[in-house]
Amino acid sequence: MVSINKSRGDRSLRSLVDPDNGLIARDTYVNEAIYQQELEQIFSRAWLFVGHETQVPNPGDFIRSRMGEEEVILVRDRKDQRLHVFLNSCRHKGMKVCRYDDGNTLVFTCPFHGWSYDTDGRLVGVPYYNDAYSKELDKSKWGLHEVAQIANYHGTIWATWDSKAPSFEDYVGSWAPSIQHCFQSTDGEDNGVELFSPVMKWRIPTNWKFPGFSFAGDAAHVAMTHRSVNAASIGPQGNRGGSERFPMTAPFPSQVYSSADHDLGHGGQNTIYENTGARPYRDTWHTVPGVDEYYRMTNEKKQKKYAGKYMPPGGHGGGHFCIFPNVILDHWRILLWHPHGVGQTESWRMFQVDKEAPKLVKDAQRRYVMRYCGPGGLTESDDMENWNYAFPASLGTIAQRLDYNFEMGLGHSHPDEEWPGVTLNYRISEEPARARFRRWLEFMEASSWDDIHPVKKDKK
Amino acid sequence: MAFSLDTMEQTLERLLLEREIEQFLYNEAELLDERRFSEWIDLIADDMHYHMPIRRNVKFGEHHRENSDSDSEISWFDEGKETLAGRVRQINTGIHWCEEPFSRVRHLVSNIQVDSVDGDEVHVRSRFIVYTNRLADEVNLFVGKREDVLRRDPDTQWKIAKRTIILDQNVLLEKVITTFF
Repeated sequence: MVSINKSRGDRSLRSLVDPDNGLIARDTYVNEAIYQQELEQIFSRAWLFVGHETQVPNPGDFIRSRMGEEEVILVRDRKDQRLHVFLNSCRHKGMKVCRYDDGNTLVFTCPFHGWSYDTDGRLVGVPYYNDAYSKELDKSKWGLHEVAQIANYHGTIWATWDSKAPSFEDYVGSWAPSIQHCFQSTDGEDNGVELFSPVMKWRIPTNWKFPGFSFAGDAAHVAMTHRSVNAASIGPQGNRGGSERFPMTAPFPSQVYSSADHDLGHGGQNTIYENTGARPYRDTWHTVPGVDEYYRMTNEKKQKKYAGKYMPPGGHGGGHFCIFPNVILDHWRILLWHPHGVGQTESWRMFQVDKEAPKLVKDAQRRYVMRYCGPGGLTESDDMENWNYAFPASLGTIAQRLDYNFEMGLGHSHPDEEWPGVTLNYRISEEPARARFRRWLEFMEASSWDDIHPVKKDKK
Repeated sequence: MAFSLDTMEQTLERLLLEREIEQFLYNEAELLDERRFSEWIDLIADDMHYHMPIRRNVKFGEHHRENSDSDSEISWFDEGKETLAGRVRQINTGIHWCEEPFSRVRHLVSNIQVDSVDGDEVHVRSRFIVYTNRLADEVNLFVGKREDVLRRDPDTQWKIAKRTIILDQNVLLEKVITTFF
């Protein structure tokens, strides 16, 4: 248990985090001991996003990814084509066995002493095995360290280091259909997207929770943080009316809410549809001939697919949500906030596009996301400024006597009747962040998954 | 055509061209450092392509994959004059917070080499160090190489028709890139 020696005296974690009243002590963002405890109690236990199956389509394909602070390798086995996630550290003396960002390989060979691992993780090569080890080393015990559980959910690859963690489906709960929807192509086909390569990766000098806990649901920042964006006319429709940050969407009976799962910690901003069927298409890509034609065609297919059925909350049509702790999803991008020290975050961006789209559509989509996102993104660059300077401004002795305010919308939420476990609030509220902190506290206090909801089903 | 050193006349022609290109690039750096962004935009050809690829760590023998491909992949920047002009408008709103207040920026341009001349276009290589200093104590450093195509222009002498910016980083270590290269 972390003990905090601050001017307010020794305080337990529970006294630092008060989601019921929307008060969060700044220690939770700036204290090194708390950060170390997060690595141990959250990132070593939770289901984390590792990649997408289209990043490793062929036998022997790999990418380097991350889980928390640590590097992992996502690889497709050469023989049975199963996906594996391994810690990128040789079992001999710890060297990285893979230092390429992506590629295709027969084996992973450590550059230090030459231990070699098959794409299923087995240790297959040990120099001097006969002479120096006298053939006594038990190679079967020294394969690459593998995650305890891996899940492929509609093409997205998730993993956890904890064998006691519940199944991925139980972990995400009623958010599963929304995740599924984010990885449907625009015609509504499951698993219909691929990711552009490579991944945008950059370091930002702030605690991972600033973006991680606030990005999804902090609709209040838009008007102020992104005021300058419309001036630059970066939307697909260029200068054509309305807000230029997003394509204009056709009117469709729906309501945007902030959404929060106070048991599971997920949530953000979601569109909830009041009618069955898919939203009609409105032309927005007039600057690139041919793109509207494609999206109008896929939208017609989607409308047929969803005839008589409600679309899941969020996904296509607006909103993005956080899957606790550090993954934010919407229908066109994946945002990861990897902890990289208490005051450093490695921010990753990946972008979906319809697998079957013609090149001109893929190119238009790709150019849009590059203008919008990342360290050079017209929109996201201003986000960085705020998160980054909020961190040092919270470090001071006086500053740390103060709480962060998460009161917005407190007491004005209501449970959603159709969506089990989810609380809704006005479209701009800090309900999602309060749920995140409730979940955070549960992870941080628990000694194992035995004390964390939901307990693995086959355990008892 | 490649340069030959056959005659004094050709040597002089090459020296004058190199000098002219150098002065153009130094003047461009001056405009950027002095925040004369609208004048900088005037140096850009209407069909200009501005590309800063993401750099991969790749296996020996796969170096053709090292820089992300403008034709199909994600880059830090991959755009034309219209978007660059939008960036200038955004900076000049005074509410683009990552450049408000302005960063202090210096472009050091060196190793300028005229690679080839192709009609009214010249292919030029250069190296850059871009130092930015912001608010009280934020320092960012960008080091890399540029590959330019400059085109003769009756109004501005030269216009930038193509610029590829090879930034020597993999995981970007700066929080944002809001300066031009």
